[in-house]
Amino acid sequence: MSKLSRRNFIKLTGGAVGLGALGGCAAGAGNSRSAAAKKVVVIGGGPGGATAAKTLASLDSNVEVTLIEPNRTYHTCFMSNEVLAGDRSIDSIAFGYDGLRKRGINVVHDLVTGIDAKARKVTTQGGASFSYDRAIVAPGIDFKWEAIDGYGPEAAERMPHAWKAGAQTVTLRKQLEAMRDGGTVIIAPPGNPFRCPPGPYERASQIAWYLKRHKPRSKILIIDPKDKFSKFGLFNQGWKRLYGYGTDNSMIEWVSGAAGGKVESVDVGTMTVNAAVESFKGDVVNIIPPQKAGKLAFVAGLTKGDWCPINKKTFESLIHPNIHVLGDASVAAGMPKSGYSANIQAKVCAMAVADMLNDREPGIPSYQNTCYSVLGEDYGISVSFVYELDEKENAINAVKGAGGLTPMDASSAALAREAKYAHGWFNNITHDIFG
Amino acid sequence: MALKRALKHVLVGSFALSTVVWADGPSPQMLSQTCAACHGPGGSSVGVTPSIAGADPVYFIDTMKAFKSGERHATVMDRVAKGYSDGDIEKMAHYFAAQPMRPMKQTYASDKAKLGARLHKDYCDRCHEDGGTNPEDSAPLAGQSMLYLTFSMEDFKAGHREAPKKMKRKVQEMLEEHGDAAVEAVIHYYGSKR
Repeated sequence: MSKLSRRNFIKLTGGAVGLGALGGCAAGAGNSRSAAAKKVVVIGGGPGGATAAKTLASLDSNVEVTLIEPNRTYHTCFMSNEVLAGDRSIDSIAFGYDGLRKRGINVVHDLVTGIDAKARKVTTQGGASFSYDRAIVAPGIDFKWEAIDGYGPEAAERMPHAWKAGAQTVTLRKQLEAMRDGGTVIIAPPGNPFRCPPGPYERASQIAWYLKRHKPRSKILIIDPKDKFSKFGLFNQGWKRLYGYGTDNSMIEWVSGAAGGKVESVDVGTMTVNAAVESFKGDVVNIIPPQKAGKLAFVAGLTKGDWCPINKKTFESLIHPNIHVLGDASVAAGMPKSGYSANIQAKVCAMAVADMLNDREPGIPSYQNTCYSVLGEDYGISVSFVYELDEKENAINAVKGAGGLTPMDASSAALAREAKYAHGWFNNITHDIFG
Repeated sequence: MALKRALKHVLVGSFALSTVVWADGPSPQMLSQTCAACHGPGGSSVGVTPSIAGADPVYFIDTMKAFKSGERHATVMDRVAKGYSDGDIEKMAHYFAAQPMRPMKQTYASDKAKLGARLHKDYCDRCHEDGGTNPEDSAPLAGQSMLYLTFSMEDFKAGHREAPKKMKRKVQEMLEEHGDAAVEAVIHYYGSKR
């Protein structure tokens, strides 16, 4: 039996599998677009929207895919905490849309101002309109500015949220650089649910990593409405090992909800944060406000409460048919609001949309999420789950007996590898989304 | 060797023909899409996470089962692998075997790569054929992340990962004859492949 025959055999069997999976899509590959081409408009060019557009374009060349996103550059929230630590440039988390254009996607830089669900039409600030057979909406998050008295878009220039990466990340980084040694950095995370549940605590770690090297007399104060947070034990352990957490000389201090950590108001003039029990003054103040679905979700009437209810198999809105909502804006309870979740949800959604446009029953989905947090040099931790659909309950559930956290007794070599794998994940997911 | 390969064809072939299993659960493409965020689109990585495109399907299945059972040490994959049924894993194995592996562009030292090319030929090429591009019983080595290959060799050495007997013997021979730098040289050789 020669090698050649084996390779051909794989090609044959693998090829057959691929064809089976793609079904009618494969038949369409290579054909020029017919007059009856189906139109899909994707709104939002973050991890969810960009992945959905790219996946759909690769599945079915008979679908005209338009992606509408106001910004020419997208800054990933993931790894933006490393920008705050000074170890990564803001440009290294910036991505454009040329990769998607090369794949035949019509990328339009404009702001969507309305969706007419009945007429299946999207209108923009620039005065353009786009008709669709199906729309995919991935507007990300918006802030509940009103939840904290004295805080708003203007106050955010002085007390940045840096929870949408880009200019806000740069502002916060500059403030950290300008701060005196011995200063206090306040981080105020929101209550659940919010984008990137371990993010505020990774941020505290990354800022501590910066301060430890450059301003070692400084402190970080986390003022939190919650009594527990994502990867709680692992963060506590990491902070003890790296930043003296729990000692008199700890660089990081955490005020829980039970201890009065809920922030009620801020005073930008005096850089004061007024929490339930006490007031705190900071040299740098990072307020991460409570969150809700992105503005367009509300404008288009896709929300129920703060988020968008959806069919978890297809991500089609339960309010307006032919509109799919994915990523942070959707209620995908079970899965955290993360870039990885949005990337996977976009693939599930795009495959379902390709099936629905071709009158096929959407296939059974499979979902995954792995969130790495880098706590300092050579110190990474993660949480990882595989998810499955419970179609009857319209629920996404973690597969029992699988997934979980980095073990508490992981060796230092394993933690060092996790930090490397976090960066490997970043390289690959951004390539998968924008490449 | 010939017998083993023939047997592999029988195993792989009989599975491919069992359409009942294929029809159950998520499609191979759906399952494989979930790997891309870490292992790269189509299983070709541009980071330290290994490329799984083009991997031998039997090796892929054995590896996932070893992660599931805990036989092979891992940082994340032991937790992830447990989320997939044996049928899921077989679907993914075939999907990725059919994907072309795009070598990762990385920085390497050309003198080390040159030495590594010679060492590869003498000690590795009989199994990792065609300069490590042919994944007879493994994933392709050529174009894999050099850091990942370093981790792998550390794991073999520490006994965190079971090496085939012939590999153990060959690596031992190479180390005795050429010293510790030999492994690094071979890794640079694989890193030099485009």
